[in-house]
Amino acid sequence: MFTRLELHEALVARHGAENQARLESARVAVCGLGGLGSNVAIALARAGVGALHLFDFDCVELSNLNRQQYFPRQLGRPKTEALAETLSEIAPYCQISATTVRLTEENIPSLLAGFPIICEAFDRAEAKATLVNTVLTAFPDTWLVAGNGMAGLGEGNLIQTRQVGKRLILCGDGISGVESGAPLFSARVLLCAAHQALAILRLITQTNIN
Amino acid sequence: MVTINGKQYEVSGKTIAAYLTEAKYDLQRVAVELNGEIVSKGKLAETIMQDGDVMEVVSFVGGG
Repeated sequence: MFTRLELHEALVARHGAENQARLESARVAVCGLGGLGSNVAIALARAGVGALHLFDFDCVELSNLNRQQYFPRQLGRPKTEALAETLSEIAPYCQISATTVRLTEENIPSLLAGFPIICEAFDRAEAKATLVNTVLTAFPDTWLVAGNGMAGLGEGNLIQTRQVGKRLILCGDGISGVESGAPLFSARVLLCAAHQALAILRLITQTNIN
Repeated sequence: MVTINGKQYEVSGKTIAAYLTEAKYDLQRVAVELNGEIVSKGKLAETIMQDGDVMEVVSFVGGG
């Protein structure tokens, strides 16, 4: 096993010292650990983000394995525990914490207080709207990176990143939801997750918001 | 005139909630920014749009 310093030096060699210093002092909350959140968390952990806090209330199901970062041996376990286990194997020095809870308008102001960056990665449209509204209202300095529209097999280039207002970044095609019965495929969900992870890395490395 | 999602509409004087309902948005699935600031759910029915306002309505769809 390599030491923390050895990993740090390897990442500095890849990413540059200034980027890595910012990444290692960053702290991100990932809300929802499905196709978006599990992939965003892994991308951030691999980049060397210092601390991740995972939120989800669900357990790993067979139907998740088409696009979510879980293994058959993890079926039935809370996604928070299963993903924390995987992340600690990928990035043993990332500080991972998790809360198994359904985030609501009532508990978001206390549970998400203090995170400079929050990733919205829920599946239901109402839950997405509630998180976005509550976070932007409750926390005047927090950046929120949300996923919106990645169902179906539409063209990949329709998945985009755009900033709305001062602190909201939206990733997705904005229109392709599961409501119409459209399926979710790993390739298109990953595109959206990659947009979200990249937006977060850009915030961490370019805006010095930690 | 009020600019909503980049297009101009003759809706000044209306509340945001009245506009959203007329435009067939589902109020449970939207986030609204008026002149760059979030408008909380509770304020949608009491905030009146004025000439020159710039509003963004984000309508969420499911999937993740």
